[in-house]
Amino acid sequence: MTTILVFEQLLNGLQFGVMLFLMAAGLTLVFGIMNLVNLAHGSLYMVGAYLTVSAVQWTGNYLAGVALGLLGTLAVGMLVEVIALRTLYERDHLDQVLATFGLILFFNELIAIIWGRTALYMSLPAWLQGHIEIIPGSIYPLYRAVVIGVGLVVGALLWFVVTRTRLGMLIRAGASNRTMVAALGINIRLLYTVVFGFGAALAGLAGLMAGPIYAVQPGMGELILIQVFVVIVIGGIGSIRGALVGSLVVGVVDTLGRAFLKPLLGHFISPPAAEAAGPALASMLIYLLMALVLSLRPEGLFPAKSG
Amino acid sequence: MPIPIRMLAAVATAATLAFALPAAAQQKIKIGFITTLSGPAGVIGKHMKDSVELALDHLGHKMGGVPVEVIFGDDQFKPDVGVQVAEEMLKKHQVDIMSGIIWSHVMMAVVPVVTGAGKVMVGTNAGASPLAGKACHEQYFSTSWNNDQTPEAMGKFMQEQGINDVYVMAPNYQAGKDMVAGFKRFYKGRIVEEIFTKPGQQDYQAEITQLRAKGPKAVFVFYPGGMGIQFVKQYVQAGLRERIPLYSVFTVDETTLPALKESALGQYEAKFWSPDMKVPASQKYVADFRKKFGYTPSFYGAQSYDGMLLIDSAVRANKGSLANTKAVIASMRKADFDSIRGPFKYNVNHHPIQDFFLLRAVKGGPDGVEMRIQKKVFDDHKDSYYQDCKMKW
Repeated sequence: MTTILVFEQLLNGLQFGVMLFLMAAGLTLVFGIMNLVNLAHGSLYMVGAYLTVSAVQWTGNYLAGVALGLLGTLAVGMLVEVIALRTLYERDHLDQVLATFGLILFFNELIAIIWGRTALYMSLPAWLQGHIEIIPGSIYPLYRAVVIGVGLVVGALLWFVVTRTRLGMLIRAGASNRTMVAALGINIRLLYTVVFGFGAALAGLAGLMAGPIYAVQPGMGELILIQVFVVIVIGGIGSIRGALVGSLVVGVVDTLGRAFLKPLLGHFISPPAAEAAGPALASMLIYLLMALVLSLRPEGLFPAKSG
Repeated sequence: MPIPIRMLAAVATAATLAFALPAAAQQKIKIGFITTLSGPAGVIGKHMKDSVELALDHLGHKMGGVPVEVIFGDDQFKPDVGVQVAEEMLKKHQVDIMSGIIWSHVMMAVVPVVTGAGKVMVGTNAGASPLAGKACHEQYFSTSWNNDQTPEAMGKFMQEQGINDVYVMAPNYQAGKDMVAGFKRFYKGRIVEEIFTKPGQQDYQAEITQLRAKGPKAVFVFYPGGMGIQFVKQYVQAGLRERIPLYSVFTVDETTLPALKESALGQYEAKFWSPDMKVPASQKYVADFRKKFGYTPSFYGAQSYDGMLLIDSAVRANKGSLANTKAVIASMRKADFDSIRGPFKYNVNHHPIQDFFLLRAVKGGPDGVEMRIQKKVFDDHKDSYYQDCKMKW
């Protein structure tokens, strides 16, 4: 019983980590390559969820809706980059934070105007409902297993693109010396737009996968964004590998903390004290972890240069 | 000749003012209504604002023959902003009375501002316990309930059903603890475990896995707003809907049903009101609300609608004026209006003495899934704090 429980909680942690990774990958790419702090990354996650809900209703087909939702978020991301963010690369981080915070407010209100403030309903097609038995005696929601699968595949693809393709080479080159890349005749502006668009699409993917599990409502992106920042600080800002490791560590630590910290504390301190300290400590756990990592390795687990 | 003209103007203004201040009726009744209109909780504010507007339609935009103006304010879910908005309404707009407010902590901050200005506050949602007990005030009325009453009703129902081994979950903040305390005041059976989660938490899969492993006979939760949508969806996806009945308060209602739809089927809730209530005033409210706004109203709206009718009753009783606060309080205490919950009396602490019901989410209604009253749990239920209220009347 207990082994199955721990196994299931590890899966839960993995699934949460994978969602965080999809968000963190885009955010860390944009930060590492363009030196841009994009607080509005959560807005793109929200846009992905909303576009997909509408596209699924419009086409009546889940996969077609997902494809349209992803393309839509990609387009919105590129548009935002061209209109708003392009002017910010040379500014300092405070200006970027202010401007992208403004974008958060803009997107939340825009979504509320178009779709209303009531949370939307997002259904799952029949083939994604139900449960699977991964190990005997442990049933797991099929949809969450699919989320894990999609996240891992996207992670592998990302690794392939960044390390094994010409585009990836340009991205890495752009990150280390922007002027040099531009001098070699590469259209660095276009490259930035493309990278930002793909980062947006990844956030959109996380958003549309979150739709059937979480509440699709204005402001949904900010709820996850803070944890994503914890991930990239732990993983090392600008590093995809760091984002992957950071996400999985945060996902697993947070989940196991919520599941087992209170009963564990119960062995050492009095039950009422564990009752009070357990939940409080569990919700702090990832921040404690971040503080620990920062004190031991201020650059994060995998600083950008090695990633 | 500038001076005489200016003097003439002054005299003329004074004359107009003299005529404009009749003995009884005011020229206009101004109501300040504070709620949350932005952010994720904005949906609740929308239900409340739309209901106030419907009440004004039903009243012909007049109270006691005097035209009414409602000024809406957004507290952004923050006590300091609520106080700011209230001060602006009282000083700049010179409102005659204040109403609204969703959140207990905002209410606690705003009430002293309103009473300090000599005006009456008609709360239409927040049910902070101090305001029902020690901190009760003669210038504060509620058209909703005290926070504890709804979980008390659910506790009583589950106690009567002889349900044992209940798993209890709520967010880890004051309201969450209050809900659990209210529940336990009437539920005396075995509680398997009490779990308090992080406020605003999105993913409950870890907690649901733990819950399933404990094998409880029933689950009681308090998860308002987005948290409720997430918890219920994930509970159903975990395949537990058919296996362990889910009882809740302030989790499934008309603000979250559109996002839950079939996932809500089978959910038990306790409440003082439901859109299917067989009370003429309620049926008229629900039918006209659906016609005007195209969606089903929630209890948040129903209470706000009642708030406007309560104010109207006071204006009517005082010949078109809210100027005399003492007289306004005296007429409000009678609760002389067609409430959506049917006739009710005010307790000494200015909180309604009212019935509570068990509701269940079933198939049907214009939205596909609706809450329907199953049985009455409490008759004329008083809150648990009124003995601490020193008010005498």
